[in-house]
Amino acid sequence: MPSTLLDKLWNPHAVADLGDGWSLLHVDRILMHDLSGWRAMEEMRERGLAVRAPALTFATPDHAVSTVPGRTGDEPGPGLRLRAGLRDGAARNGIPFFDLGQVGQGIVHVMGPEMGIVLPGATLVCGDSHTCTNGGLGALAFGIGSSELVHALATQVLRQRKPRAMRVRFEGVPGPGVTPKDLILHLIGRIGADAATGHAIEFAGAAIRAMRIEGRMTVCNMAIELGAKMGFVAPDETTFAYLAGRPFAPSGAMWDRALAHWRTLSSDADAAFDCEEVVDAAAVAPTVSWGTSPEHAIPVDAAIPRPEAAPDAERRAAWAAALDYMGLEPGRPIAGTKVDWVFIGSCTNSRIGDLRAAAEVARGRRVAPEVRAWVVPGSEAVKREAEAEGLHEVFLRAGFEWREPGCSLCVAANGERVPAGARCASTSNRNFVGRQGEGARTHLMGPAMAAAAAVTGAITDVRELAA
Amino acid sequence: MTPFTTVTGPAAPLIRPNIDTDVIIPIRRLTGTARETLGRWAFEPLRYCPDGSENPDFVLNQAPFRGAPILIAGANFGCGSSREGAVWALMGMGLRCVIAEGFGDIFTGNCFQNGMLPVVLPAAQLEALARQAGSGAPVTVDLAAQHVVPPVGEPMPFRTAPLRREALLEGLDELGQTRKREPEIAAWQARDRAARPWIWRDEA
Repeated sequence: MPSTLLDKLWNPHAVADLGDGWSLLHVDRILMHDLSGWRAMEEMRERGLAVRAPALTFATPDHAVSTVPGRTGDEPGPGLRLRAGLRDGAARNGIPFFDLGQVGQGIVHVMGPEMGIVLPGATLVCGDSHTCTNGGLGALAFGIGSSELVHALATQVLRQRKPRAMRVRFEGVPGPGVTPKDLILHLIGRIGADAATGHAIEFAGAAIRAMRIEGRMTVCNMAIELGAKMGFVAPDETTFAYLAGRPFAPSGAMWDRALAHWRTLSSDADAAFDCEEVVDAAAVAPTVSWGTSPEHAIPVDAAIPRPEAAPDAERRAAWAAALDYMGLEPGRPIAGTKVDWVFIGSCTNSRIGDLRAAAEVARGRRVAPEVRAWVVPGSEAVKREAEAEGLHEVFLRAGFEWREPGCSLCVAANGERVPAGARCASTSNRNFVGRQGEGARTHLMGPAMAAAAAVTGAITDVRELAA
Repeated sequence: MTPFTTVTGPAAPLIRPNIDTDVIIPIRRLTGTARETLGRWAFEPLRYCPDGSENPDFVLNQAPFRGAPILIAGANFGCGSSREGAVWALMGMGLRCVIAEGFGDIFTGNCFQNGMLPVVLPAAQLEALARQAGSGAPVTVDLAAQHVVPPVGEPMPFRTAPLRREALLEGLDELGQTRKREPEIAAWQARDRAARPWIWRDEA
C-alpha cells in the first residue's frame, strides 16, 4: 500500500500498538527551554525520576531571558530563577546546556536546526507548541505539555494517537515581496485556525521545493496556528546541504548511511491523504493580520473586514470583539494604519535570511520618529553571523535596537512587553489578546513588511516602498 | 491523577471561537504564580476589568455560574500555546469538564493528564445545551456512559478514546502504565541503534 510521509515518519517509531490508532511513540530528541523545561526538571527531582537519555536531550534558556543589549544574565526578572533552574537541572542530569553568550543559546526552534540536533526522520518533542517549526527539516516534531514532557524525559516514549494526514501544496512562484510568512498567513486566513485540528500537515508543491530551509521552517512554524500539532516538508537536497557540517549532525560514513535513509522520506506518488489544500502562490499578496486570531489575515491592500461579512453569528461576534480590542474601523484600508512598535524576531522569523530581508528595507532609511523598533536575532549564532555581515550596523544606523537572542516580544514572558493600547507590527506567530503584553495590539507580517512599517510608521505594502 | 466519573452542576456558556491558552492563563501569571493559585487568574483578560475589578459581563462572574464545574465553549477552545497551566488554572477555578465544538490538540492532551474531561459535541447540540444551561439548570456529564444529560431532553452521546477513558475513570498514572512496557522500549531501542546509529549520539 502506498505510504504518506506521515506513515514513514510515524510507523517506524511505534514501539507498541496501543489500539484504536494509538501508539507508544519513541522520542528521538527532547528540547527544553527555561519556561517548560525548568518546571519539568523540578518535577523530575521532586518525584525522584532520572532522565532516560540525556545524550538525546538538549536545553537552552530563551523565553524568560532579558534581550537587553549587552545583557549579563543577571538582569532582575522572572527569568533569573527559571534559567538557574534549567541550568541546574541540566547539570544534575548530564544534559547539554547552552547558556547565554554561547553558540547554541537561542530560541529553541532556531537553535535546534542550526546545531544539527534536529534531523530528518527523527521524532522530536519540546514543551512548546511551536516545536512544529522543526518539521522544516523533515522531522516529526510536536509540542507537548509539562506532564508529557516529564513522561518523555523519564521513558523516551509518549502515548500518542496518529493524526490524520493532510497535504497542503503551494504551487507556482510567489510574486515580488511575497515571502513564506505571507503564504502561511494567507492559508490560515483562508481555511481557519482549526482547519487542521487532529491532522499532521505535509507542506509540498513547487513553492515549497524552491524554498530555503529557513522559509520551510517559517511555514511549518505556523502549522499549529491551523490546529495541527505537527507540520513537515519532505527532506531533499536543500535539506541535506543545510545539515552537512552542523555540529551535532552525523559526519563521514555515518552521514552517508543517514543520507541513504533520509532519501526514502517522501510520500509515495499515489499515497492518499485525508484532506488536501492547494494554494496558488502566484496569487498571494503580502499578508497582514487585523484581529486577534491568526485566521484574521488579509492582503495588505485589502480593507479591514466588517463583522456583517462574517460567515456565522459566532464569528460575527468574535470579529466585532477583535476590532474593538484592536481599535480598528471596519471598511478602512489596513495599509496606512499607524504603528507604535515593530518587533522583528521570534521562532517564525528571526533567522539570518529574515534579518537580511529586513535590513534590505532598513538600509539607508530611518525608523519613523514615534516608532520603537526592535530586532531580536533568534540565536547567538544568528547574531554573530548578522554582525559579521554588518547587518547590525544597518539596523542601528536606521534607528532600530539591535538586541540579544531570545523570544522577547513574541510572548512577553521576560518582562519585555508592548504597552497597553500600543500597536505593534510583528514578525511573530500569534496576535492573541494580551500576547505581547496586556492590551497590546499585534499585527502579524513578514520581516520586510515589518521593516517597512518601522520606516514609514504605518502598515505599508512593501512592494510600493520598493518602487 | 484525580479520577473523573460523573460531574453534575451548572454549565456556563462561553460561546466564542478560538479562545486561546494565552487568554485562559496569561504568561506573566505562569512565571510568577504557584501552580496551586493559578485559578485566580484563569481567563484574566475576560474576567477582570483593566482596573482589576471583576467584569460583570463575564459569565463565570455571574451568580449561577460562579464556581461552575462545567464550561460550554465555542470552536477551537484551548488553541495556541502548549502551557499546561491553562488546565491547572481552569481546574483551580473549579472546572472539571469543558464541552465544545472542538479543542486544540495539545490542550486536549493536557486535560487528560490532569483529570479534566474535554467533550466534543456537534454545533447544533452544543447550541441547544447552551440555551438550556443558560438558566443555571444542572447538566450532568457521565464519562462511563459517555453522554451529556441536558436539563431537558435526551442524553447527548460523545466519544472518548478508550485508552483515555479508562485512564480517567480509574485515575491511572500514565507514567506507571508506560513503565510496565519497559522491556518493549529497551528492545525497540536496541534494534534502532543498529538500524539508525546516527540518531544515537554515543555511537555517531
